[in-house]
Amino acid sequence: MTLFEPFQFEFFRNGWMVSTLAGAICGLVGVYVVLRSMSYIGHGLSHSIFGGAAASAVLSVNFYLGAGIWGLLSALMIGRVARRGKVGADAAIGVIATASFAFGLALTNVFGTAKRSIEAVLFGSILGVTALEVVAVASVGVLAVGIIAGFYRKLLFATFDPEVADVSGVNVGRMEALLMVMLAATILFTMKIVGVLLISALLVTPAVIARMVTNSFSRMLVIAPLVGAVCGAIGMVISYHVDVSPGAVIILLASLIFVVVYAVTGARGRGNAAGMIH
Amino acid sequence: MTALVELDGVSHSYGGPFVLDHVHLIIEEPSFLGVIGPSGSGKTTLLRLVLGNLRPTRGAVRRRSDLRIAYVPQVETVNWNFPITASEVVLMAGASKWYRPRATESERRRMSELLEQLGLGGFENRHIRELSGGQQQRVFLARALYSDPELLVLDEPTSGVDVRTRHEVVHLLTDLHRNGTSVVLSTHDINGLAAHLPIIACVNRELIAVGTPIEVLTPAVLERTYGAPMKVLEHGGMLLVTDSPMGLA
Repeated sequence: MTLFEPFQFEFFRNGWMVSTLAGAICGLVGVYVVLRSMSYIGHGLSHSIFGGAAASAVLSVNFYLGAGIWGLLSALMIGRVARRGKVGADAAIGVIATASFAFGLALTNVFGTAKRSIEAVLFGSILGVTALEVVAVASVGVLAVGIIAGFYRKLLFATFDPEVADVSGVNVGRMEALLMVMLAATILFTMKIVGVLLISALLVTPAVIARMVTNSFSRMLVIAPLVGAVCGAIGMVISYHVDVSPGAVIILLASLIFVVVYAVTGARGRGNAAGMIH
Repeated sequence: MTALVELDGVSHSYGGPFVLDHVHLIIEEPSFLGVIGPSGSGKTTLLRLVLGNLRPTRGAVRRRSDLRIAYVPQVETVNWNFPITASEVVLMAGASKWYRPRATESERRRMSELLEQLGLGGFENRHIRELSGGQQQRVFLARALYSDPELLVLDEPTSGVDVRTRHEVVHLLTDLHRNGTSVVLSTHDINGLAAHLPIIACVNRELIAVGTPIEVLTPAVLERTYGAPMKVLEHGGMLLVTDSPMGLA
């Protein structure tokens, strides 16, 4: 068995392209997620979307349509709660996300018919990725790059200093909504490969690795997607050969890179990344 | 004199009791106003109402329609681990123009000139954490000045900085005011900052007094503001406010 043997299968080529793109997109969007100390939102949102995915499966509605609408509403609701901070954002997100996740589990238990596809959503799968899905994930990538390039300074200002950005004429609420929509789309279109339970790690780990090696925001936007893409590409190949779900392998690989970078960059890297994860 | 901002019977609550109640205050051009008061007295709320970050629960805040306003937050609120350089901080100020996601050559020139004027030439590519307290404060001042504001609002600009930095900040603000920029700032520092300003507003959930230091820094006003007896001494033409703990002469 050669290293490149799985590339002869179309399903693997599709899955490999999606996992590589998923890693890059999660890395890119993850920069904003970790710098805004929103890691818990990524986690919560992926759990929320699971409810939508389960409902779509039970109602035989298109996965992306059902989970997409559900995810978008959850993202906007979570963003609003986090912004207002009246209840305590982490507590409110815990309630919204786990309620949605529990709803998804209950639907799966009651109807049971879509168990296999739901397991794929939870843990990730390399099977059944179609060419259309490759195009869809690539489109999300183009959209994310377009939004970040087009609103670069506004997003940076709203991320670094929302209060002053607001006074300076930046519509911070709109920037946050844009970020949440981008995050929801990223999770929605990449969760089939990585899985709901692991996707938040792919949002966070490449960005933290990038932060440890650079003090420049613009360089972080290059390094994090590169790390994510490498994890997605190599992790997928390893996943095939060791017969372990791709999400688990991709995240373990990212964690391994994190440990190496953590050790190599020493106190400076740890200092850079301090306070990023909440 | 033109009114830049007018607070007309303004009250504000964050859901509980009013943190500021029935405040009437007019900020005219060119003002140099210091807002003093104890912690939790509503100083920052007052600034945020002036800025338009908060809407009053009661009353009205009127700003001149085309007013250019800029804000320098407390340095304690800044995320010093954020991966950003001095130049990137200043260039953020141009972010409101949607058609300019990246800084143009002329914007970079303006940024360099401002940093140079504030004594930060050559520090453009330094991470903000690598700068001294005074340099950090000046970077945020440069960002505020980027849009050539008519009204500059600063929250505790000398909080947590050493004496030398405090002098630098006071001199910079005095120069700006001389050149026509109106300045409103909040401070805990009565002797080091507020006593040197032309006008002081004393706040403790309400506006207790507004006037020159001679008019406002009196034991009666300060006791109402801080809820504790305070002494006011005069030394070399300057007023000095000291605590007057009960039981001590």
